[in-house]
Parts: sequence; C-alpha cells; structure tokens
Amino acid sequence: MRTDVELNGKIFSFEVEPRTTLADCLRYNAKLTGTHVSCAHGFCGACTVIVDGQPVRSCLMLAVQANQSSVLTIEGISNDDDLTPLQKSFRKCHAVQCGFCSPGILMSAHALLTSEPDADEDRVREVVSGHLCRCTGYIPIVQAILEARPAYKKQRSELP
Amino acid sequence: MAGQSEGAKPMKLPKFDYACPATIEQAVALLAGADGTARPISGGQSLMPMLAFRLLQPSLLVDLRHVPGLATITINNDGVHLGAKVRWCDIETSAALKVAHPILTAAVRYIAHHQIRTRGTIGGSIAHADPAAEMPCVAVLCDAEIEIVGSAGKRKIPATSFFKGPLMTALQPDELITGIRFLAWPAGRRWAFEEFARRRGDFALAGIGVFFDVRDDKATNVHIAAFGVGDTPLRLANAEAALNNRPLTDAVIKGCCQAAREAVDPRDNTHGSSAYRRGLVDYLLGESLRRLTVNSSKACANAH
Repeated sequence: MRTDVELNGKIFSFEVEPRTTLADCLRYNAKLTGTHVSCAHGFCGACTVIVDGQPVRSCLMLAVQANQSSVLTIEGISNDDDLTPLQKSFRKCHAVQCGFCSPGILMSAHALLTSEPDADEDRVREVVSGHLCRCTGYIPIVQAILEARPAYKKQRSELP
Repeated sequence: MAGQSEGAKPMKLPKFDYACPATIEQAVALLAGADGTARPISGGQSLMPMLAFRLLQPSLLVDLRHVPGLATITINNDGVHLGAKVRWCDIETSAALKVAHPILTAAVRYIAHHQIRTRGTIGGSIAHADPAAEMPCVAVLCDAEIEIVGSAGKRKIPATSFFKGPLMTALQPDELITGIRFLAWPAGRRWAFEEFARRRGDFALAGIGVFFDVRDDKATNVHIAAFGVGDTPLRLANAEAALNNRPLTDAVIKGCCQAAREAVDPRDNTHGSSAYRRGLVDYLLGESLRRLTVNSSKACANAH
C-alpha cells in the first residue's frame, strides 16, 4: 500500500504492508535507523518521533496512518555535521549514556520546547515520564532540556 | 525517492487489510461487510498494543482519520459532548472544558503519557473498555451516554450498562462510537478523581471518582465509582447511599469508605494483593472526601 510522507522536509513515497508500523517503515524503508525500537508496544518511548508537530510513539502508529503527514525524526533535527543546541545541551549535561533512549527523548524534548519554550521543570518531568532510560537516572536529562530553553526562546523570537 | 518493499523484516503485527473511508456510512458498511472480523482504528493507542501482542487478529482495520465531524468538543447548557475522535491532548488543553467539566480534565492527566495522549481518543478508550482505564470510569461515574452508529442506525447506551467485562462492551461488530455526552456540571459541585499506580502513566492498582452537590450542609446527588478493581468500572451504590443526604462528618466518611471497601473484590496480582487494592479504594476515597469537607470551592478545585 502506497504511503506518501513528508519526512524530514522531503517527500517520500513508501510501499508498505498495512501492518508495517511507522517505526519499521522509518528504519527499514527509509533506512533512518536513528529512531530506535525497544519494547514495540508503547511502553518505553524509545521510538518517539514527531508527526504533524506532535510527539508520538512510532511503534503505536501504522505507516499507512501517516499517509499525507509530516514526520520529523532525529535525523531531521540535526544540522548536518553540527549538533543542535538541544543535542549540545545533552552532551554538556552528560544526559546520554548508552544512547538507546536518547533519540526518542530528544524528539519529545524538541516538540515540547518548540511549542513551550518556557516549560518549567514539572512540565519537563511530566513529558520525560513518557520515556524509559535505564542509565542516567533522568536528572541530567531534565537538566539538559531545561538548559536548552534559551535556544528555543531565541529561535522563536527570530521567527517572522 | 521511492522506498522499496523489503524481503526480510520484523513483523510484529498480524496481517490485516486497511481501509480509510471518507464517511461514517462507508466505515459502518466496511465493518458490517467483514462478518465481525474488522476493527475501527483512530489513535490506535490501545488497539496497536493488542495487535502487537496478537491478542487481536482482525481481517481489516477501518481507519476513521478521514471521517468528518467526530473530533468536536461541544459545551452548552445541556452539558458537554465529546466526539469519539477527541484526543486526550484536546481535552487537556481545553480551558473551556476545565471549567465546564473539571473532572474530565483531571482524569485525563492520569492517562498514560504525553506522547500517547497526543493520539489516544476518548472513543477508543471507551470501546477498548480496559477495567483499569480512567475514562470508562468517568463515563460510569457521571452517567454519561455513549452514542453509537451501526448498520441498524443510531442508538444511545448509558455508560452504566455499556461495559460488560474486561475489554467487553455492548458494541456490536458493525457499530462505532460516535460521541460521549456528559450532563451539565454545576459550578459548586465538589469532586475528586484519584488513582494509585506504581509509576506515572502505569495502569492504576486502584482508582476512584466521586462527586456530590452540597445542600443544607449535606452531600446530595452523591456519585462514587471505582476502577482497576473489577472487570469493569464500578458504581458503588452502597457507598453512595452511606453519604447521600448526610453531613460530611468523620463518622459518615468512615461509613462510606467501609461500604466502598466491601463493594469491591479486586484480584490478587503481582503488583498488589486483593486486600491491598481494596485498602487503596478505602484510602483514596477517604482522603478525597476529607479534602472535600473544606467549605470552599477553591479547596475543591485544588483537589488536583
């Protein structure tokens, strides 16, 4: 079944079985393996991507349900060879250890700070609670997201 | 760039066909034509895990994403009407709904996680009928009405007779939920919605919802329900009777909680014994009622 998706700003057309999850479509059809799959039933949050501006579990969405949608993955928020302010903040705060959960958390954080650049710690914790990380203990992750806020505020103020 | 279908890929979900109808009539016809083996899908936040675990193997998924008119929140003097495709995040972010029906907003905050509330819908949760889910309990607590359409036409079922067992409802295979109707919520109403789970977003080991209106310093129109402690959300008639038309004294609250504790019979599971979970109902209800005795609407609003 044909599925047309605007993926990281480019139009793609995928031929998938209806049972293909969006996560598998991204990894196997688009070859974008930055989206990680861990539990594959919505529990862990590792596969989180942004669909039409909202963070979603890509294992809990069929690829065909994303037809005509805009999808943003971790590959789409990076600046070629440079890290984004959010990623730099994760490095600075040591918010990444094994890295398996990081792409999903970065996507949730990116969606959050894009729409709510003033998010307070409670709000950040609430959003991060949708992700499992078995390394960091979450504190550096929360810190990294909070420290990335000025960059998103600046970005927003520069919008036309 | 054209993607290609690959040979060897992990296939978690069972095989099914997929249709994306443009009208509700087409959706119902597709369900009716599949002899009970089709399922509607919208957010899919309960259905997809069911498929991943292969607890369901439908022949056809009927995606409602292009069916118009099901995603509206309507608030008027009669109450609140939520279209079946209203998502949790729509409820969470509706300032008007927080005023018009505050217990809805409060309950949604307990549902799963932010990244699931962006897709999960109220109709999907009601149709899925998980005994530990929040919204079926709110519907039963508030005497909501479930609006349904099927091959035989439209019908309405009170939430109190909609849930038949774990993941079992009064819905026929060719029927769809189109909306949920809640009665108007008086401004001074006192209420609480509480649950206990081991982590935020986990299924509740026990949860309660309660509301009442105060008249002459007495609790009237008492509604109490519990979830996560039976096969369906439960209205606790004896607990309601123990509180109705009485002042909220310590003794009355104690009697009400005792009646609630005796009315539920949760199963033992790995996360808590039956006695522990029964105790949770008692505790959550008692704490809520004691908070609601404070005679100010602000304290009431701060229940959350």
